[in-house]
Amino acid sequence: MNRDEAYNFAYLDENTKRMIRRALLKAVAIPGHQVPFGAREMPLPYGWGTGGIQVTAAVLGAADVLKVIDQGADDTTNAVSIRRFFNRVAGVETTTHTGDATIIQTRHRIPEAKLTEAQILVYQVPMPEPLFRLEPRLAETKRMHALADYGLMHVKLYEDIARHGHIATSYSYPVMVDGRYLMSPSPIPAFDNPKMDRMPALQLFGAGREKRIYAVPPYTEVRSLDFEDHPFRPHRANASCELCGSRSSYLDEVVTDDRGGRMFVCSDTDYCETRQEDLRTENAKGEAA
Amino acid sequence: MAYVAVKGGERAIGNAHAWLAETRRGDAAVLELEVAQIGQQLGLAVDRVMAEGSCHDRGLAALAIKQSKGDLIEAAFLLRAYRTTLPRFGYAEPLDTAAMLIRRRVSATYKDLPGGQVLGPTFDYTHRLLDFALAAAGEPPAPAPEVEAEDAVAPRVTELLSREGLMRREKDAAQEPADLTRQPLSFPAARSTRLQNLARGDEGFLLGLGYSTQRGYGNSHPFVGEIRQGSVTVCLTPPELGFEIEIGEIEVTECQMVNQFHGSRSEPPQFTRGYGLVLGHGERKAMSMALVDRALMAGELGEDRTAPAQDEEFVLLHSDNVEATGFVEHLKLPHYVDFQSELEVVRLMRATVASQAEPEQVEP
Repeated sequence: MNRDEAYNFAYLDENTKRMIRRALLKAVAIPGHQVPFGAREMPLPYGWGTGGIQVTAAVLGAADVLKVIDQGADDTTNAVSIRRFFNRVAGVETTTHTGDATIIQTRHRIPEAKLTEAQILVYQVPMPEPLFRLEPRLAETKRMHALADYGLMHVKLYEDIARHGHIATSYSYPVMVDGRYLMSPSPIPAFDNPKMDRMPALQLFGAGREKRIYAVPPYTEVRSLDFEDHPFRPHRANASCELCGSRSSYLDEVVTDDRGGRMFVCSDTDYCETRQEDLRTENAKGEAA
Repeated sequence: MAYVAVKGGERAIGNAHAWLAETRRGDAAVLELEVAQIGQQLGLAVDRVMAEGSCHDRGLAALAIKQSKGDLIEAAFLLRAYRTTLPRFGYAEPLDTAAMLIRRRVSATYKDLPGGQVLGPTFDYTHRLLDFALAAAGEPPAPAPEVEAEDAVAPRVTELLSREGLMRREKDAAQEPADLTRQPLSFPAARSTRLQNLARGDEGFLLGLGYSTQRGYGNSHPFVGEIRQGSVTVCLTPPELGFEIEIGEIEVTECQMVNQFHGSRSEPPQFTRGYGLVLGHGERKAMSMALVDRALMAGELGEDRTAPAQDEEFVLLHSDNVEATGFVEHLKLPHYVDFQSELEVVRLMRATVASQAEPEQVEP
């Protein structure tokens, strides 16, 4: 692929990339802790993945294979736009196959396929502070993290149970990392939270507008907050995928008409397409036999 | 099928951008706008884009306005994204605004003062009546009358008050000012950091906040000590030379608000200052910035901090329009994964409520 030579490899200059890598190293050394960094103004808007883009730019090498997903899909407009950006400024190979990628940048989902030690998952993070709805002041939340004073979050979850009978948080569900730091998993559905626990791949989180980086090193314990009598329960639609028949993947609900008609399909397009492919091969084998 | 339609894809993006380019140009029968025309005739728009884009380059700002179809926040964003890619070869010496070549200088606190009052090219005292003569292209206006500039020095009003001991002297923080474009904000923020943030901040946001301090949200009794507008020399000391050299001139607007202060245990009653400095001609913004700067000093002056404009985190974290517009507008990106999980939870909660309600209905 042809790289636009007017820009440094992966857009950012080498000093900026080094600054980001230093922040990343610190983040890996203190799992779940938010490290402030000098986020740059990128040519894509804040809130559209600038944090993830800067992290990807800092770890990307010429031999890497990049996959970009938004809502689990490779062909959503913003994913297309970010992939094109790296195509232009880094000229790296891109893929839609989870298994072939060495770096996966994601917004709002973790792929269904198990990730490996050879892969890095980069999350785009809008609000890195898990406590911001309870305490908007950064000076105060910084103190709370320092003292591991997370009672406020437990009270919030308890109030949910008292009012609704169960926890009403369905995405951005707070997690404890390595038993020490409360962390926002970014707005992935709670369904994806268990995948973060002891994941073999390195998980990096970039928040550009809020200028924070954090990380979960491979095989680190990530526990979704819950209570003994109200254990964590991930939700998914009680249906199977219309296209590949999966009963275990996370599903998107697609409205098909204005009379309540709907169907469910996998949110992870690569997972779904791979399964459809496998089904076709099996059917073909069956017919041949 | 609906499922296919929601998938955007490369082609849709390409087509949308082609359409954008076409609407930007508009009717091809109408002459195309030249960047130089924007620079000359929409000068205040250029000034605003330079200020909020924090990049003093009239040509690039005018180009950004053309490219953004006149959307000034979009233009500031273009300029900022460009600015990040520029190498940084040093930091200038502090500007000496007392030595400004003045185009406009007004004080509301003194009838006359050394250096005099200079009205300059202002909208003030114009009657806001649409000038239909401008709708038709015509001859350029007759040149404005000129007089020989008085060579008198124009000392800053706040300096006059300071010499009398009536104006609180700013303490030298004895540290290099932070650079927000390189380091993230942290709280509590130094005054220099706050001022940098406000100078890059959105004019509308600062105007609203400044206005709120006049309406009782925050205790302020401001007077315009002085507004001055004109060109100042930018000096730099390159390390390889070791002495100061002039590298050019830029236009700035400075506003110093004078505010009453009742005194505290450690300080006598005196006047305090709110400071505003904006690239280009941005009087409204410089005044708003000065009001907000003073409001943000409530904490260190021992005043009650009750109003939004006095809340450092609230003001500084929401003043940047490039950040704000990105995050507000990101809501139009797909969120169907999160929405799906919300749907499941709301359905579950409705089922819980319904199952609790049913047995009661059965009872006679």
